Formats: sequence, structure tokens, C-alpha cells
Amino acid sequence: MALTEALEETARHAAPDDAAPDAAPDQAPATPLLRVKGVTKMYGGRIGCAAVSFDLWPGEVLGIVGESGSGKSTLLGCLSGQLRPDAGEVIFDTSAQGPVDTLKLAEPQRRLLARTDWAFVHQNPRDGLRMGVSAGGNVGERLMATGARHYGRIRASAEDWLGRVEIDPTRIDDRPRQFSGGMQQRLQIARNLVSGPRLVFMDEPTGGLDVSVQARLLDLLRGLVRDMGLSAVLVTHDLAVVRLLADRLMVMKGGRVVEAGLTDQVLDDPQHAYTQLLVSSVLQV
Amino acid sequence: MIEVRNVAKDFTLHNQGGTVLRVMEGANLSVAPGECIALTGASGAGKSTLMRMIWGNYRTDHGMIRVGGTEVSGAEPRRIIALRRATLGYVSQFLRVVPRVPTLRVVAEPLLSLGVPEKRAEARAAELLTRLRIGESLLGLSPTTFSGGEQQRVNIARGFIHPYPALLLDEPTASLDAQNRETVLHLIEEAKARGAAIIGIFHDEAARERLCDRVIDVTAFTPERIG
Ligand SMILES: Nc1ncnc2c1ncn2[C@@H]1O[C@H](COP(=O)(O)OP(=O)(O)OP(=O)(O)O)[C@@H](O)[C@H]1O
Ligand SMILES: Nc1ncnc2c1ncn2[C@@H]1O[C@H](COP(=O)(O)OP(=O)(O)OP(=O)(O)O)[C@@H](O)[C@H]1O
Ligand SMILES: [Mg+2]
Ligand SMILES: [Mg+2]
Repeated sequence: MALTEALEETARHAAPDDAAPDAAPDQAPATPLLRVKGVTKMYGGRIGCAAVSFDLWPGEVLGIVGESGSGKSTLLGCLSGQLRPDAGEVIFDTSAQGPVDTLKLAEPQRRLLARTDWAFVHQNPRDGLRMGVSAGGNVGERLMATGARHYGRIRASAEDWLGRVEIDPTRIDDRPRQFSGGMQQRLQIARNLVSGPRLVFMDEPTGGLDVSVQARLLDLLRGLVRDMGLSAVLVTHDLAVVRLLADRLMVMKGGRVVEAGLTDQVLDDPQHAYTQLLVSSVLQV
Repeated sequence: MIEVRNVAKDFTLHNQGGTVLRVMEGANLSVAPGECIALTGASGAGKSTLMRMIWGNYRTDHGMIRVGGTEVSGAEPRRIIALRRATLGYVSQFLRVVPRVPTLRVVAEPLLSLGVPEKRAEARAAELLTRLRIGESLLGLSPTTFSGGEQQRVNIARGFIHPYPALLLDEPTASLDAQNRETVLHLIEEAKARGAAIIGIFHDEAARERLCDRVIDVTAFTPERIG
């Protein structure tokens, strides 16, 4: 097949609407997966995060950057049900009932959601893994929590996921302590993604890792987001990481969002003084 | 296919006393399917700025920019994301990739994100890279350690792997030898022939002559006091 034919075939296969050059606007999903409205969390008199609002659409990765203490982890905690905000709404489009305000759910329901539809990847793998349980157990546990009972199938699924995150499946019975930091982080990702969540929260997932391990992990996450159609909220200090991984970016300072938009627009044409400072203080991203 | 109407651009330098720089005003152009136009003008005239506004990484605060059915100016991020996925391609001057990802995957990526199966996407990537003389031994390596010309060709492969109806090309033939330059000119001609609307910046005058139906000197959009 000639190259042009091959490419045309791709066009038909992948984007049938593009045949007419002035076709309707490019397709995008119709309902946000997550709608966040006015989320505020105070620690006594101190602001954790204040009046944060955004929509996250299916398949999108939203990056959150900002200096230490700007409220990134607080916000992530409020979104994922780990912290109780003082005000605001966190409306999640559940697979069972459609959009619900997760803050108004009863605790058991919210916990169920956290096990089925959400995943949380912590900066420190120790916070997201059971260190005393084997690698296979760590992955299988989350499947069991969502109702799986068949031992053989759970083990097979655990092996499959270890392979996907590039951990040799023969190490299925090793404990996480026997793994390197990067492997522990990959194990945490496998444990979180095995149950097929639709939304992943990540707090500095590549934080403690050296640069080349970070790169592998980033590539892995990108592939998983694409192949599973995941949406993700990614907190990081690293502008190079958001550039490569996030579709959209939110910049926080003092608990508030100072700027938000398309990632490369915020980085290449920052509008807010603080974002300009942040971007100009790194060499090249 | 691509339309720019009465566009102006200001940069506000907050960390330099809030200076507002107006770098463009009254920019107008329109590119039909199958047409290739060149942006010209001296260094600093605003060629890259205009191209970036169309791509959407520079914000358009004044005027209107439309690509296909999407109004880029003022669009929500997800509209621009969708536009870039299927309709608008961009070959930038520099390659930006996740380190350690093999070249074949870097090039196949746009197809994967459109849902093309991995095998087919990688076969297409290999075909295009071979045409651009990236040797088979390089396909499994990350392009981060490649030479400037090799990286440039990887970038081009990525921009041509999907038949985008609209294409932005920033110096696509810079740093290429004669043979590879010829291949790239062919790719651009093929894209024109299949109906792509193309805007390019070419310092390569012969390439411009051969490819472009019209030349737009952006100096016409440069405010007096800068030029
Ligand atoms: N449990 C707590 N009690 C009191 N104050 C807190 C608590 N947790 C966070 N804070 C305060 O809230 C603000 C936001 O903290 P948060 O942990 O969300 O910041 P962050 O952006 O995640 O920072 P880092 O990048 O350092 O992780 C800070 O001023 C912090 O001191
Ligand atoms: N992010 C930015 N912030 C501030 N000023 C900018 C920014 N980007 C471009 N400019 C200014 O806009 C003007 C046009 O620059 P641009 O890069 O578009 O020129 P060009 O025609 O592409 O030049 P060259 O041929 O050198 O690449 C210049 O005065 C430049 O300094
Ligand atoms: Mg934090
Ligand atoms: Mg330029």
C-alpha cells in the first residue's frame, strides 16, 4: 500500500468527520466526569484551599502546580474524600447513578466509590501500599475489595498487572520492602489501577525518584491514561512533568487558583504575575 | 479551513513593571483546503507568534481565529485538545518527548490517541520513518540523543503520520541534507494534494517558491513602534 493510501485509510478509520474540511467542531465528551465548585478548606484560621472550581472531562489529565504550602494536597484530599471541605461541591459522574455530590454521600457509599471508581497514588509508596503484604497481595486486595473471590483469577490478574507496570511477575510473592523506590511506585500504580477506576488522583507520583525512573513511570502513566480512557488529577512541582503529561494546568498560590488553562498556553503565555515568575524561574520546560 | 480575523497580540510583562508590549495588530489571513501559504518577515516580526496563536499555546485576546469548525480564540481547553487530536497538526522546531520512549512509539503516538490499534500505528510509523531515512536500528531508541537533523525528521514524521486537514510547519526543512529535504518537500506536496490547508515558516526560499501559493509578510501586522 502506498503511504498516502495508508494515511487516507487511517483518516477514514480514525476520524471520519474530517473528510469535510469545515465539519462540525471536533468531537469532545458532553458531560464532565468531575465538577468542582467553590471548594474551601480551612485549618483553624489558616487557608488550606479556597474557592476552587473546575470541570474535569473524561480522558483529561489536569495538572496542579504551585509552591510548597499552596494547597495542592489539601485540594486533592478534598476531591478524593480524604478531607472534608468547609464549603463547596464535588460532583462526580458515577457509573451507577450519574452525577452525585460526593460530599453529601454517606461515608460507606463514599468509601465504595473510592475503591471502585477512584484511585489515589501517593507520593510516598509506603502510604499507598501494605508493606507487610506480598506484591501479588497488594494488587489482589483491591480486587477483593471490589468483590472478586476467585483466587486463581485474582492471582492471574495480579500477574498481568505486575507485567504491565514492568515488574517481573515471578516476584509476585516478594514484599514491597524488597523492591526499589521506583518499583514500589509502579506497584502502587498497579494496585490502584487493577480495579479499573475512572479517575486517578496523584500527589507527586514521581517525587522521590531519579530522573530516568521518573521518565519510565511517566510513559507508563501516559499509556495507561490513553488505553484505559482514565482521567487524572496530577499534583507536582515539576513543570516538565506537567508539560508532558497534563492536558490542562491549574496554578495555585496561597490556597487559591491564580491561573488555569491549556497546559502549553499557561506555560508559554502565562497571564498572571505569579505564573510568569514560576515559568521564568526554570530553565526550559 | 484556517481563518485569522483582525487579530492583535499583547504581552504583559508583570515582572518588568507590568509593561504591555503590543507585538501584532490587524492580522488577517485565510487558508483554503489544499492551499499552502508562507509567513515571512524579519526576525521578531511575529511569524512564530501568529503560528502559536493558531496552535493555541499563545492566547488570542483580540480578534478571531478559526480552524475547521473550531473557534480557537476563546475556546475551552478541551476543544483545543480535540482539535489538535484529529484536525490540526504542528511540526515545531524542537522535539519535546518523554525521555526513554522509543522513536517508533513517539511517532505512532498521535495515531494511538486516535484509537488506531498499536500494530497498525507502529507499522505506519516505521514506514514513514524509513521514508525519512531514520535507520531501523534507531527505531527502538529514544530520539533524545539523536542529532539535530534526525530529531527534526522524527518531529516531521509525527506531524505527517495522521492526515491532519490543517498543518502548521515551523521551519520544516531547516537542518536537513538535500535528500531528506526533498523527501520532506514531497510529504508537504502530498499533504497539499490530499487537501490539507498549510501554513509554513520557511527560511528556505527555494522550498517556499516550490510549495507556497501565497506569501504573507507579517510585517504588515507589526505595530509601527516595534518594526
Ligand atoms: N493538617 C493540617 N493542619 C494545619 N494546617 C495544615 C494541615 N495540612 C496543611 N496545612 C496548611 O495548609 C496549607 C496548604 O498545605 P498543603 O499540604 O495543601 O500544601 P501543598 O501545596 O500540598 O504543599 P507541598 O508542595 O509542600 O506538598 C499550608 O499552609 C499548610 O501548612
Ligand atoms: N512569550 C513572549 N513574551 C514576550 N514577548 C514575546 C513572547 N513571544 C514573542 N514575543 C515578542 O513578539 C515579537 C515577535 O516574535 P516572534 O517570535 O513571533 O518573531 P519571529 O517572526 O518568529 O522571529 P524569528 O524569525 O526570529 O523566529 C518579538 O518582539 C518577541 O520578542
Ligand atoms: Mg503536598
Ligand atoms: Mg520564529
